[in-house]
Amino acid sequence: MSRILLLQGNQAVVEGAIAAGVKFFGGYPITPSTEVAESLAEKLPLVGGKFIQMEDEIASMGAIIGASLTGKKVMTATSGPGFSLKQELIGYACAAEVPMVIVNVQRVGPSTGQPTSPSQGDIMQARWGTHGDHWLIALTPASVPECFELTLRAYALSEKYRTPVILLMDEVIGHMREKIELPDNYDEIPKAERKRPACAPADYKAYADVDGDGVPPMADFGNGYRWHVTGLVHDETGFPKGTPGATVAAADRQYHKIYDNLDDIVQVDEYRMEDAEYAIVAFGGGARTAYETVDMARAKGIKVGLVRPITIWPFAEAQMAALADKVKGILVHELNCGQYVLEVERAVAGKCPVCSYAKYDNEPATPAQLLAALEKSLAL
Amino acid sequence: MSMEQIVDKYFRPGRLPHIWCPGCGNGVVTGCICKAVDKLGLDQNEVVVVSGIGCSSRASGYLDFNTVHSAHGRALPVATGVKLAEPRLKVIVVTGDGDCTAIGGNHLIHAARRNIDMTVVLYNNSIYGMTGGQYSPMTPLGSKATTAPYATIEQDFDVTELVRAAGATFVARATTFHAQVLADVIAKGIQHKGFALIEAVAACPTSFGRHNKMPNPATLMEWQRDHAVMKAAWDKMDAAKREGKFPIGVLYEDNSRKEYTDAYEELIARAQGGKK
Repeated sequence: MSRILLLQGNQAVVEGAIAAGVKFFGGYPITPSTEVAESLAEKLPLVGGKFIQMEDEIASMGAIIGASLTGKKVMTATSGPGFSLKQELIGYACAAEVPMVIVNVQRVGPSTGQPTSPSQGDIMQARWGTHGDHWLIALTPASVPECFELTLRAYALSEKYRTPVILLMDEVIGHMREKIELPDNYDEIPKAERKRPACAPADYKAYADVDGDGVPPMADFGNGYRWHVTGLVHDETGFPKGTPGATVAAADRQYHKIYDNLDDIVQVDEYRMEDAEYAIVAFGGGARTAYETVDMARAKGIKVGLVRPITIWPFAEAQMAALADKVKGILVHELNCGQYVLEVERAVAGKCPVCSYAKYDNEPATPAQLLAALEKSLAL
Repeated sequence: MSMEQIVDKYFRPGRLPHIWCPGCGNGVVTGCICKAVDKLGLDQNEVVVVSGIGCSSRASGYLDFNTVHSAHGRALPVATGVKLAEPRLKVIVVTGDGDCTAIGGNHLIHAARRNIDMTVVLYNNSIYGMTGGQYSPMTPLGSKATTAPYATIEQDFDVTELVRAAGATFVARATTFHAQVLADVIAKGIQHKGFALIEAVAACPTSFGRHNKMPNPATLMEWQRDHAVMKAAWDKMDAAKREGKFPIGVLYEDNSRKEYTDAYEELIARAQGGKK
């Protein structure tokens, strides 16, 4: 049985988290993500979970790291300034390989910026916000139902690959209300679970790649496996070891556990691309404009389609390279000064023209604006 | 249990020698934590030790419990997550004066305010040791440090008063000279249901003593002996006699306030009962 609701994107994230089995949320109030915290404060105790409003964004990250170490599925939610503060411990979670879902409902920046206006200005920060080389996953929903689906998927990927996953929302999607059909009983939704050790506690090495997939089994604190968690470079035992060999081995394993599985991780959606001669690349709130623009252009006889990355990081490199072989030109539309377009240009490598419709005036584009940009930039 | 047996049981095989300098007090404090755990007969599988960053925070790697060597200043938020998610676990936080009262100062007052059940052992060596001797918020006023070549002009924190004001329900202090007292108050802090902080005054001859005319470890231990006063005696001293000295032992205990994770369980029951 299911129910039909009218929900905000932020509320759909909460439903997805509860359906995924989230049991711990640590957060701090910030616009435009606050509804996630407010709703989980109400709903988590109902499922025996814990909600805590921490003293700041950094502490929120610390709390969910601690809770994840006990085996719980955890979440925090924030926006621009808070996302900047969280970077310190996002790096820790990458280094220590602690599963978690971090929701960032993007707003205009830098600094306090424009708290209630939409932006997609944190694309590069989501990838490179913390210091040092690191690898993680970021997903971007473009509708309220997809907020639910991608929250489930964020937990599935986070648990499977033992990595932080960023749910990279934007204000358009976070605050938009849409119809969504949800199952009545979330117990019927399969729950993702991290791999736990099969060996005896005495034989457990917390970062040993025992299965050859780059993902070490992770024991819950309190279950008899006494292991050490650190942000220092460590070897397979988990204890600090800063030799060149140990450093390279840790980095390579963390890279490969994600980048050897791009077929599983990277999702790209398409709209009217079957016979397309041109492509708009857009995501999240920007994609909502693009659907309409594609229809308007088609009505004028322009064969254009939409390519919508759902996985923002790792970058959909193979898909963009293949797209360049298919179309005569690509227009990348994003609500920032032009970030994702840099990656598209790199993947396309000159095989076709790549243009940018970067919009950074605090407002989403109208379909007519995007159509005008398409016609002008690709000289249609 | 002898110290040798304590080391065999509670220190991880193969992780020693430690990184601490000759004459450092951190080993004494860490040993006292183990003695306290042993005295209470805690199951090592049920104990979580969370540390921050700095000399003292390296202790977590040596100890055979569930251990987290977190980020600078962030031990308390991580410990809060562990404890709230799994209240049955005993949580001990190992931190230093810089880690806990400077970069982690905000977390300290809020963990104390919540009265969440954990035991913070603050190794106070009066200095940032790991980075080579810069002054911390607990470096005594007028001391020299590598970033205070003309002596500090900042008033230092009395962390016991700070956390008491913030809402901690168990506050104690001891020194590495008074190791028996230290092990005893740590054990009492672990037994206490609520937020407990123990200031462990520890010598740092390398980075503090050397700059402050006490380069010899024994001199620093004598300083502890001559300046610490047991709480019972302290209470009978007048202001003039207290000048320059500090009390040790259990300084404050309040068992009347509700502990945070207990309060949360009640909240869950209320929510599931349909009452807001």
